[in-house]
Amino acid sequence: MIAQLLAEHVPLLFAAVAVFCVTVYVLADGLDLGVGILFLAAPRDEDRDLMMASIEPVWDGNETWLVAGGTLLLAAFPAGYYVLLPAFYLPIVFMLFALIFRGVAFGFRLQAKRFRLVWDLAFAGGSLLATFCQGLILGGLINGVPVENGMFSGGPFSFLSILGVLCGVGLVGGYALIGAGWLIWKTTDFTQIFAREIAHAALILTTAMMALVSAWSAWSVPEVAERWFTLPNLLFLAPIPIITAGVILAIWRGLWGTWDPRTFLLSLVLFALGLVGLIVSLWPYVVPRSITVWDGASDPQTLHFISYGLFIILPIVLAYQAHAYWVFRGKTVHHAGGYGGGEAQP
Amino acid sequence: MDAVQLARLQFAFTIGFHILWPTLTIGLAWFVTWLSALWWRTGNTVYRDLMRFWLRIFALGFGMGVITGIVLSYEIGTNWAGFSRSVSNVIGPMFLYETLTAFFLEAGFIGIMLFGEGRVSRGAHFFACLMVATGALFSATWIIAANSWMQTPAGAVADADGIFHVVDWWQAVFTVSFPYRLAHMVCASFVTGSFVVAGVSAFHLWRGTHPAASRTAFSMAMWMALILTPTQILLGDMQGRNTMDNQPVKLAAMEGLWDTTKGPAMTVIAWPDMSEQKNLYSIDIPHLASLYLTHSWDGEVKGLKTVQPSEQPNVPVVFFAFRIMAGIGVLLLATAVAGLVLRLRGRLFSARWFHFLAMGTTPLGFVAVIAGWTVTEAGRQPWIVYGHLRTADAVAPVTAGAVTTSLLIFFIVYNLLLAAFVWFAARAAIKGPADSAPPSAEHPGLDRTNVRNLASSYTSSPSRQPVGGAGHAGA
Repeated sequence: MIAQLLAEHVPLLFAAVAVFCVTVYVLADGLDLGVGILFLAAPRDEDRDLMMASIEPVWDGNETWLVAGGTLLLAAFPAGYYVLLPAFYLPIVFMLFALIFRGVAFGFRLQAKRFRLVWDLAFAGGSLLATFCQGLILGGLINGVPVENGMFSGGPFSFLSILGVLCGVGLVGGYALIGAGWLIWKTTDFTQIFAREIAHAALILTTAMMALVSAWSAWSVPEVAERWFTLPNLLFLAPIPIITAGVILAIWRGLWGTWDPRTFLLSLVLFALGLVGLIVSLWPYVVPRSITVWDGASDPQTLHFISYGLFIILPIVLAYQAHAYWVFRGKTVHHAGGYGGGEAQP
Repeated sequence: MDAVQLARLQFAFTIGFHILWPTLTIGLAWFVTWLSALWWRTGNTVYRDLMRFWLRIFALGFGMGVITGIVLSYEIGTNWAGFSRSVSNVIGPMFLYETLTAFFLEAGFIGIMLFGEGRVSRGAHFFACLMVATGALFSATWIIAANSWMQTPAGAVADADGIFHVVDWWQAVFTVSFPYRLAHMVCASFVTGSFVVAGVSAFHLWRGTHPAASRTAFSMAMWMALILTPTQILLGDMQGRNTMDNQPVKLAAMEGLWDTTKGPAMTVIAWPDMSEQKNLYSIDIPHLASLYLTHSWDGEVKGLKTVQPSEQPNVPVVFFAFRIMAGIGVLLLATAVAGLVLRLRGRLFSARWFHFLAMGTTPLGFVAVIAGWTVTEAGRQPWIVYGHLRTADAVAPVTAGAVTTSLLIFFIVYNLLLAAFVWFAARAAIKGPADSAPPSAEHPGLDRTNVRNLASSYTSSPSRQPVGGAGHAGA
């Protein structure tokens, strides 16, 4: 009896942790990918210096959640790892290439003189491409993944769909919104005004794409429509879009407000709501429409072994990551040292 | 080439490229931590300048390590789905623990390490450096544990579908080859770091720039090299004998030993011919291999022919990679000993030929690490999990075309990255640490160089640094 209960609920617990890791990744890396997406739109080179400086101390920590997601998938839901990764081979490798370019731009841009534009392009282009690839993967997940004998059975382009493209554009808008919110919080003067202005465009794009993606997936994927539009689900789920609309309105009205963190924090809430909607559409699958959370989980003894890490170490990790944000709190100023940026002189 | 070979080539290339950066940064992280401690406790500005200088090079290498590492954590799924499916219960938690204990620790403190000086106290900066350096060691520990399990699997049983299930975590993590591999790799990283520091310092000694800082760093690096290179050779010998016990075929390929022999000779150089299953043009020293492998004159060592040719690794690859690694080890030992002799004669900072030699040793540690990993990974073939899972059965259901495309892009991108890194790191290294130290009373004759440098870096800096904040860092 107890064993059966455990077998039912333990995978759920680990699924919750996995969802938590994905959420933290999307929110945290969303802000620095967003800053990258807005990078070339900024009017002055000084703005770009400041934008990059505002995320320099934290981007590495944010991106580590991507590795955490990958390794957690391998350890807790291996089926998700070895089916989904080959299924999304091309968007994943191109996302990785893009992350490489934007990652090295942090190190090299400040040192470059003549070829600064190259690193500006690498940073902005990398951020944009990585985000778009994540959107393609998202769309592919909603559409479902072809599986035979427990392995991926599609071709290299079977991830591609209109829904994926819509998700890609929407994610670009959404990350840009988070990035703009971050810049409103962390910068002053001209850079902040730029961020407030561009946040309007990002919010409009995000809202439009959220609506489009919802409508398109309900229309093209019958399982999604069934999940949302049958009774009594409809009643339980109705608050999600209603609250989402409220949050969008609150962001719009607060863009020029006096409390600088407002846009950033509200756009995180908006993303969290989007993720809740996504979970509703995909539940209870690890590999959508073929492998469930229960079928895809790894051995009980493996789950037991990793539980120490997840429930003891992960909270500590969160504490010192928060501490790293705290050390660099307040408005960003240009700093010395680090990536060769500063010239230490007496 | 088929998808298996392409996938192997791609993984070998991306992981070989990746290992360069941890090799550099594990050693440098501890060096910077040590400098941060010295600066904190002594207040001597030479240590501060050296710390800032090496932090700059460390930061470049660290960034490269992070991004090339993210690639690997996904490549195992994209290209090696069969492997992931079979061993996820065993390997997955090790990777997860690496992320939780190492990557997050590094990521959480790297910001403070690189940019925190001035925002936090000197003691807190030292603590952040220590956490990053410790994280780097944790990372090495978990990844070597996973690799050791692939070399000498234990603590898990495979079911009818070929899926491994762990029965004993202690055995799965602490396999018989794990301690030797870990010690050998970490020591390799410290040796490489020592010779990088020595090479860059030697460059400035040779040019006569930044004398105070260069002398301090060169002296520290040569002491480290003197302690570490003999240690590394000893650790290598221990790992070799461990390999003889647990992976005799790999050891036979390293030695170029075809027949099981009592009191085998050491083959200095030869061409191992796999089709004829014998060595051509070999130069042997009788009984020597027996002495260092079995510690006896007539010990028995198993040869390659104990298994079918199809079960043998690519012998020439393993054989020559081993010789490159061991040869570099001997060369670095000789350099370290020469440094000691010069130091005892009081000529360590003036012997220009030796500074030139030290510059030449800078890349050798990296070459040896790549060669060493080639020995251990190519020597494990045709198995991916030694004795249990064949590499050919471990690939993912992706097309050769997709793998070729990504391999080509990886090849181009990584070479561009390497070029960019070398360019920026060399520029930072050539510029050297800032001369904020007051001219040393011991060497008054060097003042002039000091002033010249200060002046030149002062005049050039405003144009290089669009960001105005740099100047007040030292204030």
